[in-house]
Amino acid sequence: MADLSSYEPRGSKRAKRPVSLFRNLSAKIASIPMILTALVVFVGGTAWTVVHSFTSSKLLPKLNFVGLDQYERLWTTRRWLVSIENLALYGILSLVFTLVIGFTLAALLDRKIRGENIFRTIFLYPFALSFIVTGLAWQWILNPDLGMQHVVRGLGWESFTFNPLNDPDIVIYGILIAGLWQGTGLIMVIMLAGLRGIDEDIWKAARVDGIGTIKTYIVVIIPMMRPVFVTALVLIMSGIIKLYDLVVALTNGGPGIASEVPAKYVIQYMFRAQNLGQGFAASTMMLVSVAIILIPWAYLEFGGRKRG
Amino acid sequence: MVDLTSSRYVEGPRGPKPRRSFSRANIFLYGTLIVVSVYYLLPLYVMVVTSLKGMPEIRTGNIFSPPLEITFQPWVKAWAQACTGINCDGLSRGFWNSVKILIPSIVLSIAVASVNGYALARWKFKGSEVFFTILIVGAFIPYQTMLYPLVIILREIGLMGDLSGLVLVHTIFGMPILTLLFRNYFASIPEDLHKAARVDGAGFWSIYFRIMLPMSLPIFVVAIILQVTGIWNDFLFGVIYTKPETYPMTVQLNNIVNSVQGVKEYNVNMAATLLTGLVPLVIYFVSGKLFVRGIAAGAVKG
Repeated sequence: MADLSSYEPRGSKRAKRPVSLFRNLSAKIASIPMILTALVVFVGGTAWTVVHSFTSSKLLPKLNFVGLDQYERLWTTRRWLVSIENLALYGILSLVFTLVIGFTLAALLDRKIRGENIFRTIFLYPFALSFIVTGLAWQWILNPDLGMQHVVRGLGWESFTFNPLNDPDIVIYGILIAGLWQGTGLIMVIMLAGLRGIDEDIWKAARVDGIGTIKTYIVVIIPMMRPVFVTALVLIMSGIIKLYDLVVALTNGGPGIASEVPAKYVIQYMFRAQNLGQGFAASTMMLVSVAIILIPWAYLEFGGRKRG
Repeated sequence: MVDLTSSRYVEGPRGPKPRRSFSRANIFLYGTLIVVSVYYLLPLYVMVVTSLKGMPEIRTGNIFSPPLEITFQPWVKAWAQACTGINCDGLSRGFWNSVKILIPSIVLSIAVASVNGYALARWKFKGSEVFFTILIVGAFIPYQTMLYPLVIILREIGLMGDLSGLVLVHTIFGMPILTLLFRNYFASIPEDLHKAARVDGAGFWSIYFRIMLPMSLPIFVVAIILQVTGIWNDFLFGVIYTKPETYPMTVQLNNIVNSVQGVKEYNVNMAATLLTGLVPLVIYFVSGKLFVRGIAAGAVKG
């Protein structure tokens, strides 16, 4: 390998091994952006934020450590508790519905139907749109005075009430409807790719054994698609924790603080309320929750494979 | 049931039962798909019809009914006159800002990531895999933990609030997924080709430009699709790393629609929303299968 390298005179190479730093030099130079991003932004930036979450930084980041004060304050602030509660509820519902809807649509499209491309295009196009566009579109549809509620009442059902954007108790479902509209298409495509990867013979065998279609899906196909489900799960969950733009566009956290989410709390304290320490503590909590989700997954996916 | 079917199967050459296309199962299947399609298409339909109506018609009518009198005035107003704060020059400003962000971001991020991916696939050096692993793990770190350090970095190099600062941010956060995409693609190109080129005396850059680049047009298209939709739809970085004059389209759109001042003009708002969604939608409908490939590439091995 090293003999073929064209960066060093061939003669000197025979004499002694070149200094290892200069071997493969072009590749190293080409990798500088990646190395800087990985070390400075990802590792350095994250470490910086975590360290500063233990300080009393207000307008400017300072290194006057106050221990866990910021975290204590965080977990006694109502806005944060509401944010966590919302994210948990949204997360669980979004996870379940996205998986169920995504898989069901994929299974329906996999039944060798006509117009598969048209249906797939329809289910996936919202994914091309931003959360801002999604949020604003649904804000208009859910508008209580002129939107869906108004139309249903106009049809004669006078007492019909569906006003999630102004009702603190159900506002999170309004966000869920919009979120599912935007994101289920992606999971459907992934599930469909998974279903296409399943051998036709499995279906034949199931038919010979007289197992019904739905039962085949549940008992045979879904267990076979475990890796696809894991991928979908990781994707959905990392999307859930990022939930921010959709809430900003749809409700901006309202009514009151009823639809606040952690990502929004972080931005609020870091860039609006000039309370950096709180923002850092909240973002560190987000990091911790991602780690709680990802470490077991990474262990199962990669740890096991290495040993096996 | 089981015995019946299997015995028939053994008995004779009757062939499979011909399937009627209007069987009950099929009606259920297509019925479900059509109902679900309505749910997915409804918001787009409502946006389009609302943007073509006048305000009096919106106040008295039904959001689902088609416009009685088609007017393009809301589109004109959204593009050229809609107000954010004191500026009343419409979404066109945000559109051009987004274009100015998008093009350099795409060029820079794809150039950097493709070379990185190439180095990782074919020119491994000590530690290259470690950096790559950090990069991929980094893709899962919530952006919120890296936002403020980047503010400091951008301030130090004098790019805070500038469009080129945002370009840099998009390049950084686009790197994990794009590097992965290119690394996997270049790794799938037969290694013999690479070896033959090296025997002929080609080095790092000449193999990249003369062998790898010409062979990898499809993956570049996938990367471009991925980046156009991702960067165009970004809101978080736009709102943090720019100032009102340089706001990208999504940020300006949100400010226009969710502004508390003045009378709400729903038709203008919907026209503005559609205008913002137009670029990724066009990309989506034109690129078709490649879009799917892009997200699958981004997703499946994420």
